[in-house]
Amino acid sequence: MTPKVLDVWVYLSTTPLLGLTITLLVYQGAFWVYQRANFNPLLNPVALAVATLVLLLSLTGTPYQTYFDGAQFVHFLLGPATVALAIPLYAQLDKLKRLLVPLLAALLAGALTAIVSAVGIAWLLGASRTTLISLAPKSVTTPIAMGITEKMGGLPSLTAVLVVATGIIGAVTAKYVLDFLRVRDHSVRGFAVGVAAHGIGTARAFQVSEEAGAFAGLAMGLNGLATALLFPLLIWLFG
Amino acid sequence: MLGAITLLLVYQLVGEVIALVFKLPVPGPVIGMLLLFLTLLARGSIGEGLRNTANGLLSHLSLLFVPAGTGVMVHLARVADEWVPIVAALIGSTVLTIAVTALVMRALMSRRERT
Repeated sequence: MTPKVLDVWVYLSTTPLLGLTITLLVYQGAFWVYQRANFNPLLNPVALAVATLVLLLSLTGTPYQTYFDGAQFVHFLLGPATVALAIPLYAQLDKLKRLLVPLLAALLAGALTAIVSAVGIAWLLGASRTTLISLAPKSVTTPIAMGITEKMGGLPSLTAVLVVATGIIGAVTAKYVLDFLRVRDHSVRGFAVGVAAHGIGTARAFQVSEEAGAFAGLAMGLNGLATALLFPLLIWLFG
Repeated sequence: MLGAITLLLVYQLVGEVIALVFKLPVPGPVIGMLLLFLTLLARGSIGEGLRNTANGLLSHLSLLFVPAGTGVMVHLARVADEWVPIVAALIGSTVLTIAVTALVMRALMSRRERT
């Protein structure tokens, strides 16, 4: 019996089917836990799913590349999902027009804070240059951040990890930070989370309200744009 | 649904081509998003199919980050070596960014309301 089980495992572990299925199963399990906990931000589903997957892959000795051969089909959807953000954005058109100046000012302030404070803190604490560059675009969504890092000589795959970690931290802390500052308007709360914590923050905002989600999605798209433009400029200024 | 998915992919593709041809520092999907937004502005409505597909895709947005996040296992050594600056930078910068963005936006909004 044992050799047969082993044969099945050897076969399955080389097809993309397993990586894809396990990603969907583990995520839905994590989301179920999150839902049962009344969407407590501390039980972020991305964090739970990533921790479970890392544990499973380590226990079975599966290399990340083998897993990603299957999981890439999920990863690929980040592109069309980014394009799809145009729709909630358009749905908020009236509010968007009214708030154009505050939105653009907040975007610029937030985008600069995200880059400068991340690099500044890590530099003060002695991080290497590769880590600094990989860290800089941490607040923008994965495909954008990876593209930026690649052009600037960082490690795109490390950036992807730091981006996801940032998203989780933002989704977990936003409620407490914004409550502490007594920020109540859902458009402001959503926009702040979207600038700081891209798609994971946006997913969290959509769970709170449609309006927060739309502004988070808007912020995520705009910050992708702003960081992609600001980053080469900052590198040129500070080398 | 098939039409809407195709539409999203076509906009992404056009975005990628524009980014490549004009050597823009902005990634293709973001250009695709801008183009789709401009199209919706010109058309004046979203359409049932597109709205449903976009909602479906965006309601599971956080799932899409799981494969990239799992890549942490490849970088465990670097993260372990530099965990103090990395963790401090991620938490400090994220909290600071949320606070600065919210405060700037709120300040400008209430000033506009007052005038």
